[in-house]
Amino acid sequence: MSERPVSAEDVAAAVRGHSQVCAVGGGTKRPLVGAGVPIELSALSGITEYEASEYTFTAMAGTPVGEVEDALRAKGQYLPFDPLFVEAGATLGGTVASGLSGPGRFRYGGIRDFLIGVQFVDGRGQLVRSGGKVVKNAAGFDLPKFMVGSLGRFGIMTELSFKVFPAPVGSVTLKVACPDSAEAMERLAEISSSRWEADALDYQGGEGALFLRLGGPRKALDLLSQEIGNRWPGEVTRLENGAIWTDVKEARWGAGTHLAKVPVTPSRIVDLEEGLASLEGVQSWYSSGGAVAWLSFDGSDREALDRRLTDCGLAGLTVRGEGGGSPWLGQRESGKILGAVKIALDPEGKFPAT
Amino acid sequence: MNQSALNELSALLPAERVMTQDAHLAAYESDGLTAFKARPRAVVVPETAEEVIEVVRWCHEREVPFVARGSGTSLSGGSLPVEDGIVIALNRLNRILEVDPIDRVAVVEPGVINLDVSRAAEQYGLHFAPDPSSQSICTIGGNVAFNSGGAHCLKYGMTSNHVIGLKAVLATGEAVEFGGRSREQIGPDLTGLFCGSEGLFGVGLEFTLRLLPRAQNFHTVLAGYGSLEEAGSAVSAVIESGLLPGALEIMDALAIEAAEAAVACGYPKGAEAVLIVELEGPVEKVAAEREQLDRILKDTNSFEVRVAANAEERMTIWRGRKSAFSAVGRLSPDFIVQDGVVPRSRLGEALRRIGEMSKETGLRVANVFHAGDGNLHPLILYDGRVEGGLERAEALAGRILEMCVEMGGSITGEHGVGMEKRDFLPGMFSDYDIAVMKRVRAAFDPKEVANPGKMFPGAEAPALSQHGLHPLEKAGVISRE
Repeated sequence: MSERPVSAEDVAAAVRGHSQVCAVGGGTKRPLVGAGVPIELSALSGITEYEASEYTFTAMAGTPVGEVEDALRAKGQYLPFDPLFVEAGATLGGTVASGLSGPGRFRYGGIRDFLIGVQFVDGRGQLVRSGGKVVKNAAGFDLPKFMVGSLGRFGIMTELSFKVFPAPVGSVTLKVACPDSAEAMERLAEISSSRWEADALDYQGGEGALFLRLGGPRKALDLLSQEIGNRWPGEVTRLENGAIWTDVKEARWGAGTHLAKVPVTPSRIVDLEEGLASLEGVQSWYSSGGAVAWLSFDGSDREALDRRLTDCGLAGLTVRGEGGGSPWLGQRESGKILGAVKIALDPEGKFPAT
Repeated sequence: MNQSALNELSALLPAERVMTQDAHLAAYESDGLTAFKARPRAVVVPETAEEVIEVVRWCHEREVPFVARGSGTSLSGGSLPVEDGIVIALNRLNRILEVDPIDRVAVVEPGVINLDVSRAAEQYGLHFAPDPSSQSICTIGGNVAFNSGGAHCLKYGMTSNHVIGLKAVLATGEAVEFGGRSREQIGPDLTGLFCGSEGLFGVGLEFTLRLLPRAQNFHTVLAGYGSLEEAGSAVSAVIESGLLPGALEIMDALAIEAAEAAVACGYPKGAEAVLIVELEGPVEKVAAEREQLDRILKDTNSFEVRVAANAEERMTIWRGRKSAFSAVGRLSPDFIVQDGVVPRSRLGEALRRIGEMSKETGLRVANVFHAGDGNLHPLILYDGRVEGGLERAEALAGRILEMCVEMGGSITGEHGVGMEKRDFLPGMFSDYDIAVMKRVRAAFDPKEVANPGKMFPGAEAPALSQHGLHPLEKAGVISRE
């Protein structure tokens, strides 16, 4: 049994009509879908408001992110945080609920920084609005941010408003080879604080290379690329296109069946790399200037990885890969307050608990 | 609060850091919203996080309302005391615990002054982006509680976009840690929820802030226009060009006149409006973009365009803008400032309607605003010594807020709802939306001891007073934005 509501009111009715429900978007991140009657949001789709000069749009939660990106591109705009799994069919609602941002979060922030308003159905089956539709707003509690990474545990999102930016007129991607991870981290730090203002900065563990993307007027990009090339002579390659970023956004760089997100900081990366060294099946990709480690692995490595992350004091979320079980890896979240907020928004436990 | 309760409270901290005498309490009666005052029963001055936690636990247990306070610059009455409650003054928790150039974060206590974070980060080529006009005096704790803004919000967002982790004591006395040092996280964003909660959840004790590289180069342009509409059209032209300026600000004739009188900023003579546009970034990028900006501004109806040739000239341009509010204050014994937001495309219409309301009511209104994000700052001038003066000004302010909501905007862009705008919250949210917010609040504070009377409508109003300018404002130390 599943429901396929065609309006926000329908979603509310579906929540009222069942004792346990679970929102399903594009199905690109299966491990994050919990138990309960699936509420398929594919019919709750479409951009409802888009005024390019306002730098904002509003769309229904089941809208494919690709559709949004196309509409924005037509007006020279974009979502700077580089949403993930767009080609695979990710929806806006699923992107918010999973709290995933791509390499572009480096420059202007992640999905939490661009989500400005949300309408959702709470556990009582009622529609709730929070935030707004203008780029600047400080009225009321910031429930939109709370929905980021909430995994559908507190409500089913029906409509979302985002801030957007003008897309850079040109962009260039540079690869800086650095097999030694400690040295790579020094370079990562240097680039991060430099005057160059890279839009994206990723590090490929294993082979060892930094990838950076600069955006802006072509003339300026040529000059900046030249300077970066001179900074590390012989080690900087200007790539012909930005295909590498699509590989990151679609997680095509890894060979594993599973993918996990592990928040880190640049100063922890060398440690983590060492910790992962003995797990042969685990590949790593560090994105957003070293703010997140993407780990690609097979189900058989799951338990070992879980232990290793716990040892490192890190926490992870499995976002792709069949096999069921808990999506959490490493250190688990705790604290009474999350339980209290859960009861406030979902007193009967209609939505998944984890 | 009775004497025995007061004795208990006094036992928590050394005597000299529990103030109960009227002469001491008077200094905490008001904040940046000087029209209101309330006398607390006691002001406590903790020096450590543990002391704050003890005081909050005691307040929770004894059901004594408390208000945490930094420098008291809130323009929405956010740090206004609760009559007979406790004020927790956090100014001595003012340590910058760490600036890490590798992870690009600063870890600070709530009483740290906003500008001091950027000063500490400067040696690493980094800075803290949120820059409210009061940044030389306002504290991070208050910035976080009210999600403060500044002149660079379109490009960089507000305070909440720069807080990635925090430690706090919730109103229940529970000590919590949300987020961390990473800019990314998994699980619901409790850090984001805590930011902008206006002190209703508890007291932030330590904040991890994300630092950004300082822009290498600036291109600051000042353009004079014969009307506000023309300046507004210029903003639209800049926005539509695909440029993303760091700042886009407009001042109207009354604001210019005041700023000129106060700091002699030398703005174009006879301008009905001036526009400030600032590009920033690597010198190569700014060089390319400024050509584009110059072309755009040439096609607008500006009668004079001035470009800052060096850092000093840039500062002169900004001095006029940053001083505008306290300068306008000198034209009038009292003023109130609103910070409603309208969709940018309706800025012209909003300003026209504010002008009409001003004529209708006979109250002068000066406008200084963040044009890039539609964040208005109408300054309503009034004389509090005249019977009904404040009430008339408030009525006009209320009409402006209603207009913002009607246009699809917000009642507050960066000052927060606080005490001042709580009755306007229902204009933006349904009864049910507000009921849900109250349930969330109850999860953090079931006894409603943390900053009660703010954000939500219907609470008892504190006494009115006529203070005129904030003392620091008179001294030119801070300005309202």
